[in-house]
Amino acid sequence: MDNINIIFKRELNGYFSTPIAYVFIVIFLLLSGVFTFHLGGFFGRGQADLQAFFTFHPWLYLFLIPALSMRLWAEERKSGSIELLLTLPISITDAVLGKFLAAWAFTGIALALTFPMWITVNYLGSPDNMVIVAGYIGSLLMAGGFLAMGSSISALTKNQVIAFIISVVVCLMFILSGLPMVLDFFNGWASQTIVDAISSFSFLTHFNAMSKGVIDLRDLVYFISLMAFWLFANIVFIEMKKAD
Amino acid sequence: MNSVEISHLRKDFGRFTAVADLSFTVKQGEVLGFLGPNGAGKSTTMKMITGFLTPTAGTAKICGFDILSQPIDAKKKIGYLPEGAPAYPDMNPEDFLTFIAEIRGLQGDIKRKRVREVIDKVNLGNVAHQSIDTLSKGYKRRVGLAQAILHDPDVLILDEPTDGLDPNQKHEVRTLIKNMAKEKVIILSTHILEEVDAVCTRAIIIANGKIVADGTPEQLEAKSPQKRLDDVFRSMTM
Repeated sequence: MDNINIIFKRELNGYFSTPIAYVFIVIFLLLSGVFTFHLGGFFGRGQADLQAFFTFHPWLYLFLIPALSMRLWAEERKSGSIELLLTLPISITDAVLGKFLAAWAFTGIALALTFPMWITVNYLGSPDNMVIVAGYIGSLLMAGGFLAMGSSISALTKNQVIAFIISVVVCLMFILSGLPMVLDFFNGWASQTIVDAISSFSFLTHFNAMSKGVIDLRDLVYFISLMAFWLFANIVFIEMKKAD
Repeated sequence: MNSVEISHLRKDFGRFTAVADLSFTVKQGEVLGFLGPNGAGKSTTMKMITGFLTPTAGTAKICGFDILSQPIDAKKKIGYLPEGAPAYPDMNPEDFLTFIAEIRGLQGDIKRKRVREVIDKVNLGNVAHQSIDTLSKGYKRRVGLAQAILHDPDVLILDEPTDGLDPNQKHEVRTLIKNMAKEKVIILSTHILEEVDAVCTRAIIIANGKIVADGTPEQLEAKSPQKRLDDVFRSMTM
């Protein structure tokens, strides 16, 4: 636990000692604003909620999270610091969790900085704030899912660009599998169980429910087991590829 | 009694054998120079001893702890300077060493005191607050060295500790190593032969992953008619 904490601290400080943190946060806030007000039609909806804001989070994360996760392990492998890290008296699990949690906390900070949106909607009307809290929890969990995938993929290569592209593609698959156009394709010939299974893998299916204020145990289990699976894969990948 | 026992260590990369059945024991007080041409398997061996690479066969015992079955205990005993002295480039030496000290289990005043001590010991004082990626090669190497000796380890494994240093810096590092030699096991790799004479009490020459010579520098020199280590090295590794 101590080791995870020490690595977590180092990593989180690392974001703020480079321009990464500031660039990421500014772009994140800017894009979430643009999406909410222009594409989402926040004002036109005439409703006091943050649906317009949350709807675009999967698409925002699709590009921003892989940009954050691509360096997690690829950079360590490229610079050789992975050799230093893994010859310290820590386990690979400590290192993977410390890094992941730092990246997740950092996304949490970026997400928390969207609070003016929440204030705005409360100023303009009287929204159901519990729905908004559920939306934030869902968004944070979804970010964690994307990050765990990205971190794992980053462990497979020394090249950050490759890590980025592959992460985007994998994340895209996890988003798309819930869209009607994909499900319709399967609807014609696959049995309902298969279609349900494909759709149940989608971030959208689980996130949309939460962004509407429904915190279902199944959605929580989905995101948590997704993270656990990918972080476990991450540990295995590092064990396999650390010295290549 | 501190020691490093290496038994039947082997590493294959695909069909290529980097290290083939290496066995030797190093005891406290010994400074072992690990010699060999580039690609002989020096770094690979060190990576296996320090637990970074998993051997294809064989194992290493660090002060009695098996690196494969008790990796955390074994790693606690080791200070390791990897090849090229990697560090986190966007940290400054002081923060970096503080991070290492925390991982090594040091806390509070002891931690701060120890970090200050090693910074003095390797002369990093005037760059302690400058980010590591702006430092020259010599300073980076010293950061790596500081990181390795920070917790006063019983076993010190240094992969080319003086590579890229100027003659004065080389002298300082060698003095540092000699001063620590008594209570530690030190293994250092080098392809600078003068270094063996300067600091080592024992030298092992490896070529193609096998030991081709093992003895004190004097014993090895005695093998050549001109009493020169260069000639011995050439005749054994060519």
